[in-house]
Amino acid sequence: MRSHSHCVRAASLFVFLALALSHVAPADAQSRPELRWGGDAEGGAPFVEADPNDPSHVVGFDVEIATLLAEGLGRVPRFVQVGFTSLDALAARGDFDIGLSGIEDSPARRARLAVTIPYYEFREILTVRAADRDRFRTLADLRGRKVATLGATLAYDLLVAAQSRDGVVPVTYEDDVHPYSDLALGRIDAVVLDEVLALRGVRRNATLINQPAELGVGHYVGLLAPSQGPLRDRMNELLREAMRDGRLEAIFKRWNMWNEDQPRLYARLLAGAASEAAAPAQPAPASAWEATRRYLPALFRAAVITLILSCASMFLAVVAGVLIASGRVYGSRPVQALLTAYVEIIRGTPLLLQLFVLYFGLASVVQLPAFVAALIGLGLNYAAYESEIYRGALEAVPTGQLDAARTLGFSNRQTLVLVRGPQAFRLALAPMTNDFVALLKDSSLVSVITVVELTKETSIFAANIGSWVVPGALCAAIYLMMSLPLARLARRIEKGWRRP
Amino acid sequence: MSTLVLNSVKVHRGPREVIQDVSLSAASGELLAIMGASGSGKTTILRALAGLEPIAGGTIDIDGIQLKAGGLPRGALLRDLHRRVGIVFQFHHLFAHMTALHNVWLAPVHVLRRPRAEAERAARALLEMLGVAERADSMPHELSGGEAQRVAIARALAVEPPVLLMDEPTASLDPARRGDLAATLRELAAQGRTVVVATHDAEFARACAHRVVMVEGGRVIREGRTSDVLE
Repeated sequence: MRSHSHCVRAASLFVFLALALSHVAPADAQSRPELRWGGDAEGGAPFVEADPNDPSHVVGFDVEIATLLAEGLGRVPRFVQVGFTSLDALAARGDFDIGLSGIEDSPARRARLAVTIPYYEFREILTVRAADRDRFRTLADLRGRKVATLGATLAYDLLVAAQSRDGVVPVTYEDDVHPYSDLALGRIDAVVLDEVLALRGVRRNATLINQPAELGVGHYVGLLAPSQGPLRDRMNELLREAMRDGRLEAIFKRWNMWNEDQPRLYARLLAGAASEAAAPAQPAPASAWEATRRYLPALFRAAVITLILSCASMFLAVVAGVLIASGRVYGSRPVQALLTAYVEIIRGTPLLLQLFVLYFGLASVVQLPAFVAALIGLGLNYAAYESEIYRGALEAVPTGQLDAARTLGFSNRQTLVLVRGPQAFRLALAPMTNDFVALLKDSSLVSVITVVELTKETSIFAANIGSWVVPGALCAAIYLMMSLPLARLARRIEKGWRRP
Repeated sequence: MSTLVLNSVKVHRGPREVIQDVSLSAASGELLAIMGASGSGKTTILRALAGLEPIAGGTIDIDGIQLKAGGLPRGALLRDLHRRVGIVFQFHHLFAHMTALHNVWLAPVHVLRRPRAEAERAARALLEMLGVAERADSMPHELSGGEAQRVAIARALAVEPPVLLMDEPTASLDPARRGDLAATLRELAAQGRTVVVATHDAEFARACAHRVVMVEGGRVIREGRTSDVLE
């Protein structure tokens, strides 16, 4: 009896829940399961872009391909926003069924994930300023010049090869908008990216042109978890069908991307040449050990950049911090108010935003080199924090010490330099070292303004071999090698200085 | 002639008048004890003399300069004041990050612009005179209360002020040491200085002071020769 009433109650609860849900969910979701697909709406048109009329809705050719696949599978497409650089890792975890976001085919991806047949073929091309049209036709013309691309792409591999062959200087960006705006500004001399991005870049910057020479060929594919082989095979069938009946053609025509390369690609794929299409434009992936050996010098170089940047930024932060703290303790009312505002604004806004403003936002006024912008950004940000430490420490020096200095005839400046400052420094030393270690790690943020430091180099390495295990461990070890001696040094200095 | 004259001095702390119309004087070579219970205002008088407390009324004349009502002394007046007045605080306030010797030569070098070597020699001589030469290289926290007090006296004397103020000098001393200090202070006065000591220790005042001023509630209630006042 008891169990019966339990069952009735459970059943009625279930019916209630089902009814409630049916009112919330869209009508066609009642019977059909979802196809969760991952993409990065930050990538923008023509890939995946938030609809300007309804930002909760995405549009783009990858959106239409996802819809095409979902319909073929009898499912409802559901978009999952994923940062572009996390697509591989999240696909491997199975956070979504398929990743579609202008993802390049590569041997590393094929080795670790279930990858669909290609659905689009693109060429890597060179974009330059119109004025340099005749000067920079190919990478070989750009010896000693800065050439930009996105990290961890086929174009990046092309640039790394050109670095040793032609002496170009690769610069990596996190997004595909700023390479072109920086090219227009003259910060860099060329951009290598796929022509879909290059056409968009030239459209947005009237002073740029694309060179006709093809530097390489790549393909866009979908990414699935390695265990999703059967689903991938069904999707491949759906893609072939869409190639045959012209639905893919219609999608790419709608987005002005259709060209003569596509029918040739489709013909090869429909003739059963899946392997040919996948043939890499790059060398076969090296073993993890071999790749690590290859990347080690680059990692150490990047670690040196991290160290130099951190030390220089900390120096700036300490000097500026002392000035700010002195101004807040000794300055006139307006000076105090101004410095307080500075500290609160800097502490209250993200460092990432400050770096963006400094490097990209001010680019039309002053074009700081990336390293200098990084140094100033980190230094002035940490200066706000240091100044608070120093202010606290200055105010913690007992008033008796200041009275004693005053009655001996010291001026305010002498009191600060001879008595208050040195005593405050002892109090500030521990939090300062703490901040230096934090800065060492925060310096990884400057990769957003194209400085390749340790973390960025690691993520390039990880993308190249398709795994974070070895690169992550190596990167952590190098950071520890830098921060542990620092912590020890600080403890020794503190011991030497610490007297009550 | 008196080196030190307070004329109707008032000190306010917020709305409270903590020193009310205090008038007193001390001549060079004289050791004056300001006596009273805790909170009577004796320390405030010393702080006003040392330029650490603004006076709200009256005047203070010290060896040719005059402090008046208004803010704290500043600029040239402050410099002149500190060439004339040295103070030893109850808790000494030795600079915590320097050795005893460094504490003593710091002001001669940076305020009087004496050469470092000369100032250091003079500082050693002062520590020698006060019997703490062997603690010259110790840090303040390594010193006993009595030693720290002697170093603080040396520090105050290093700029050669004609007036030396001491706040509660016996607070950090055991009874045996009080006699030594009394002798030292009498000797400093005998060398021509004006020494003003704020204390609540009648026995100590009897042992060293020429004259005593009794304060209570911020007013002078009695004044005279030590033997007369401490009858």
